[in-house]
Amino acid sequence: MSKTNGISIGRRIFNRIGTYGRSLVIGVPLWWLIIFFLIPFAVVFKISFAESLIARPPYSKLLEWKDGLMVLKLHLSNYGYLIDDDLYILAYWSSIKVAFFSTLIALLIAYPMAYYIARTTERRRGVLLMLIILPFWTSFLLRVYAWIGILKTNGIINNVLMSLGITSEPIVMMQTNFAVYVGIVYTYLPFMILPLFTNLVKLDNSLLEASADLGASPITTFFKVTLPLSMPGMIAGSMLVFIPVVGEFVIPALLGGPDTLMIGKVLWNEFFSNRDWPVASAVAIVMLVLLIVPIVLMRNAQQASAGASS
Amino acid sequence: MDTPQKIANGAKPWIEQAETPFIRISNLTKKFGEFTAVDNITLDIYREELFCLLGGSGCGKSTLLRMLAGFENPTSGRVEIDGQDMANVPAYARPTNMMFQSYALFPHMTVEKNVAYGLMRDGVSKSDAADQVADMLNLVQLSEFAKRKPEQLSGGQRQRVALARSLIKKPKLLLLDEPLGALDKKLREETQFELINIQESLGVTFIVVTHDQEEAMTLSTRIGVMDQGEIVQVGEPHEVYEFPQTRFVADFIGSVNIFEGRVSADATDYVRIHSQEGDCDIHVSHGVSCTENQKLWFAIRPEKLTISREKPRGKFNFVKGVIDEIAYQGNLSVYRIKLASGKIVRVTKSNRARHDGDAFSWDDNVYVSWDEAAGVVLAQ
Repeated sequence: MSKTNGISIGRRIFNRIGTYGRSLVIGVPLWWLIIFFLIPFAVVFKISFAESLIARPPYSKLLEWKDGLMVLKLHLSNYGYLIDDDLYILAYWSSIKVAFFSTLIALLIAYPMAYYIARTTERRRGVLLMLIILPFWTSFLLRVYAWIGILKTNGIINNVLMSLGITSEPIVMMQTNFAVYVGIVYTYLPFMILPLFTNLVKLDNSLLEASADLGASPITTFFKVTLPLSMPGMIAGSMLVFIPVVGEFVIPALLGGPDTLMIGKVLWNEFFSNRDWPVASAVAIVMLVLLIVPIVLMRNAQQASAGASS
Repeated sequence: MDTPQKIANGAKPWIEQAETPFIRISNLTKKFGEFTAVDNITLDIYREELFCLLGGSGCGKSTLLRMLAGFENPTSGRVEIDGQDMANVPAYARPTNMMFQSYALFPHMTVEKNVAYGLMRDGVSKSDAADQVADMLNLVQLSEFAKRKPEQLSGGQRQRVALARSLIKKPKLLLLDEPLGALDKKLREETQFELINIQESLGVTFIVVTHDQEEAMTLSTRIGVMDQGEIVQVGEPHEVYEFPQTRFVADFIGSVNIFEGRVSADATDYVRIHSQEGDCDIHVSHGVSCTENQKLWFAIRPEKLTISREKPRGKFNFVKGVIDEIAYQGNLSVYRIKLASGKIVRVTKSNRARHDGDAFSWDDNVYVSWDEAAGVVLAQ
């Protein structure tokens, strides 16, 4: 009697711990997201409906108590302002364009690198992966400043070119879109390489052999087998590059010129130069929506195609 | 084609030597660093043969197959297929196709597209390819699964897709790496006969790699038994089973009892071997080239032994022992009989009657005897 009781109590405690443990494991990241992402997001969302004031904080309250009435004032004008002024639409468009092309360039550079790392000997693979990750140990800002030293008018590239007599005048690279692309592609390349690598390293060699066996040249095999099978890696890598690049501020601010128009820079200006927090918040919200909608659509499409095949 | 007679009709070109071999492998060696995977193999295979390379894991059979397919470069030696040297021919230009052990079906393509893959690479028109694919899927009974992806198929269905894909280009030579390895026993037996039918109807030469001796016996016209990178014996299934040339072959194919002994009498038409292990004299009714007192082995299959309670007549070819273990397997029973020397002898007896009142039981004292022509004398 007591023995069976002991067992059942033990089991009950164990089950309790089991369920608590499970909710603890899920709970920690969940609360992290709620505290550090969802609440700040809600605050920003709230501010985007406020009115800009010269006060502290520099925006109006949404809810006001007036003569026994609860008044909710939503200033939609902030969003209207974004549509009225060309600047914002141009900045969004330009950011998406820059993000698109830098993702494409990063993909073209990263693919052969990831492919080589995945196919090389295990020993060399470790060293190469280390080299890809190594720059993360240096400050990101420091690395961007290093690029200024390389690209500026009397920088390394121009000095070398001129001493070799290839050009007589220095080439202007700093404060151009070229410099922005160089900086972005350089910075985000590891985020493209790593997911591609994890995908390509799983590629079953017998599939490539089967393709060759059925008469496909190595190039055909690449386009018919390797490339389609690496699509998930390409999508993951492209997401990891595209999404942060759209909102990128530091690189265009340091390497770009006055005609480099990116939404991150506009946002910074609204917030710190104009001190117009509501408009800045609206800019941020619209950017988020612009990024989330295509991601959700793509995920749905992927799930639909996965659902259709199983 | 002026092939004298079809193998399917009982011709044996490897004996008649009437035609030139279709595949000639000469002095083929493959080394991986210090390790020799394939060691100086010379082998001829004829058109429309179903040749099995049989051996344990790591014996080099898969490496040999991969060299034929062009996935590995030989360290030395030569491969000729249909008179053409394969030395500088890459895998995608060889007249061979391979069925992979893992099947290696393209996971992102439907069954139809997988099978059509080889045709598309050859520039066959879409409508032509579609017709051929439909015929092939019909042959392997997969027509209704044409639009499925490989992950939605069972193991047996995947196996047939892999077979269809490797046959669609009508290769001169089809290489099959453990083609039935992933199937369960029942399905494997059915598929073996299907494979033979397809091979005979298409007239393709098959080389099959397997570690399963039963499969090799069922499928093949000839078997090449491999051990440590070398081919130790080539022969028709019954030759390899009844006339093994070494103890390795005798032991690897089927089950066998081996008595070690020394020659006690050597004549032109018989030999006698005295075995300490068996505490018996073995009389073999044919001449063996050997010398007096030479060490020899006598190998005999369990089904060629007879158990009795009474002492057999004659002076030779029997041992005495105690039944140690009986394994009832339905169609037959396996008796493990322990001799005085401690050696275990395996005897199989088919269960012809449904109930045998006089059946042997554990710890019975019995005699095991055999016919004077039932065993093989092995010198190595």
